[in-house]
Amino acid sequence: MSAWIAVLVVCAATLGVGALGLRLSRTTSDFYVASRMVSPRWNASAIGGEYISGASFLGVAGLIFATGSDMLWYSIGYTAGYVVLLALVAAPLRRSGAYTLPDFAEIRLRSAAVRRTTAVLVVGIGWLYLLPQFVGAGLALRTATGAPGWVGTAIAVLVVVANVTAGGMRSVTFVQAFQYWLKLTAIALPIVLLLIVWHHDGAPSPAAVAGEAWVSPLSGDGDDHPLYRTYSLLLALLFGTMGLPHVLVRLYTNPDGQAARRTVLTVIALLGTFYLFPPLYAALGRVYAGDLLNSADSNDAMMLLLPGRMLGEPWGDLAAALLTAGAFAAFLSTSSGLTVSVAGVLSQDLLRGRWRASVSGFRVGAGLAVLVPATLSLLGVRTGLADTVTLAFALAASTFCPLLVLGIWWRGLTRTGALAGLITGGLLASVAVALTVSGAVEGGWPAALLGQPAAWTMPVAFAVMVGVSLATPRFRTPGVGTIMVRLHAPESLDLNRGDS
Amino acid sequence: MSTPPRVRVTSPRMSASPRPEVRPATREIDEQTEVGEVYLNALLRSQLRPALAVLAAVLLGLGSLPLLFLLLPGVAGYQVGPVTVAWLVLGVAVFPLLWAAAWWHVRAVERAERDFTEILHRR
Repeated sequence: MSAWIAVLVVCAATLGVGALGLRLSRTTSDFYVASRMVSPRWNASAIGGEYISGASFLGVAGLIFATGSDMLWYSIGYTAGYVVLLALVAAPLRRSGAYTLPDFAEIRLRSAAVRRTTAVLVVGIGWLYLLPQFVGAGLALRTATGAPGWVGTAIAVLVVVANVTAGGMRSVTFVQAFQYWLKLTAIALPIVLLLIVWHHDGAPSPAAVAGEAWVSPLSGDGDDHPLYRTYSLLLALLFGTMGLPHVLVRLYTNPDGQAARRTVLTVIALLGTFYLFPPLYAALGRVYAGDLLNSADSNDAMMLLLPGRMLGEPWGDLAAALLTAGAFAAFLSTSSGLTVSVAGVLSQDLLRGRWRASVSGFRVGAGLAVLVPATLSLLGVRTGLADTVTLAFALAASTFCPLLVLGIWWRGLTRTGALAGLITGGLLASVAVALTVSGAVEGGWPAALLGQPAAWTMPVAFAVMVGVSLATPRFRTPGVGTIMVRLHAPESLDLNRGDS
Repeated sequence: MSTPPRVRVTSPRMSASPRPEVRPATREIDEQTEVGEVYLNALLRSQLRPALAVLAAVLLGLGSLPLLFLLLPGVAGYQVGPVTVAWLVLGVAVFPLLWAAAWWHVRAVERAERDFTEILHRR
């Protein structure tokens, strides 16, 4: 019962603050200007709130619980991706003035074809990332209340669509910032109780229960070629973060490039703090809930069931309700952020006629953005939460990472090169994703290479982009020097950035 | 009565080389002259250098861990209280180190930008 209340409170709060934000952003003359007064600290909380998805909240603990220490790389990759983003793209992206990835492609390469390809990829990555959020919402509600799986999915879809089409979430950094602190509280408070109980029980060692393979790294528990998988996963997470559609928008709300950097620095601290907790749940899960092992659903649900097993009434119930609230907040905030990004790109770049770049077009876009992943999850596609998210990272690392890195640091990138690289990387990674999700390959090197494709698809995409650019120097962007000035020069300098 | 000394009236010194016009460095960049290109390249390099340094540190630091654990299972499995070294490194120690790398990068790049702004204004 308390889990229902927790979920309803989170949904109501999300809708309520969204509606409030709608009114605020109407009275404030211009929401971009308002956003630009946001300090790096608030902005960073907002990024953290949007970024920590259900896959992080439930999925990482589930994976560590099931597989052991190799899965700690997920939390590391999710955080270290921001270090790479900071080093290579944060300030130049903010200075470019791009609001979406297609905007960046247009500014840097002045090509409608590259712009449209980028838009298609944003939608693809968005769908891949949304699918596990909706699946997870159903799973969380079913675990906490016993309701059928589609109920949680339907609630999440409805709240997200209502929120996004009303335009609330978009304008209010405050909502997302609040979500970060809600999630941190929801994951940090129950573990204190659980650890006290564990201590009272004489602090039984998870290693003794789980065995050597779970504790020691690269034991390959369940999968072949653990070393390759670890490296490829790490590459996907490190270089995929910069290409996630909902991250770029948040950089834009900073006043300048320097603030964008400081925001990302704070994000790294916030994420690092959050990711200290999932391994604790995983380890306690091994001690107290070992019977839940070995199905993706119950691995991901372990965190919600653990308090009930360890604490009596009413504390177990309350802790589970708090965790359910945190998980639901995670599903809602991430899917809202993604839906806004995907809907914006759909209406601006892919819809035609009267839907193009209009408010009604944005609403149609929001519908399309959730339609495909919602249908898939209602049809009963079941995948491990963190697994599916990783494929979205791999796709981003094989397409947007080369586009951004080469576009920002290399004058020689041509529109033909960018197009060839995007299409090659996008096709290779999507085929790998499709084969993996369909379960067509089993075991051995093929499964490892397709299940963690980034280690080869990303270098191939880079090579194609560079090679084709070198072969077609006449398609270089005219005036690329001015674009470089715009991307890299500090805002305080009075320079021609090609925008006045 | 004496005649005043003759005064010779001359034209301005046309033959002397004119004082060079002051061209602000920002204009060199705007007009994409050779000097401007040099400035722009210096700026790009000054920002790319810390970026590559922090990238190398993160990639090598993180990348060497799986190999290290593979080659030295004794170190990875060494017990510290209820957990092993591998868990302590991957679950806790990595995060402050990542933050420190990011902090160093922000500091280095901001200093490079300040220097660049100063050089442009000095001319």
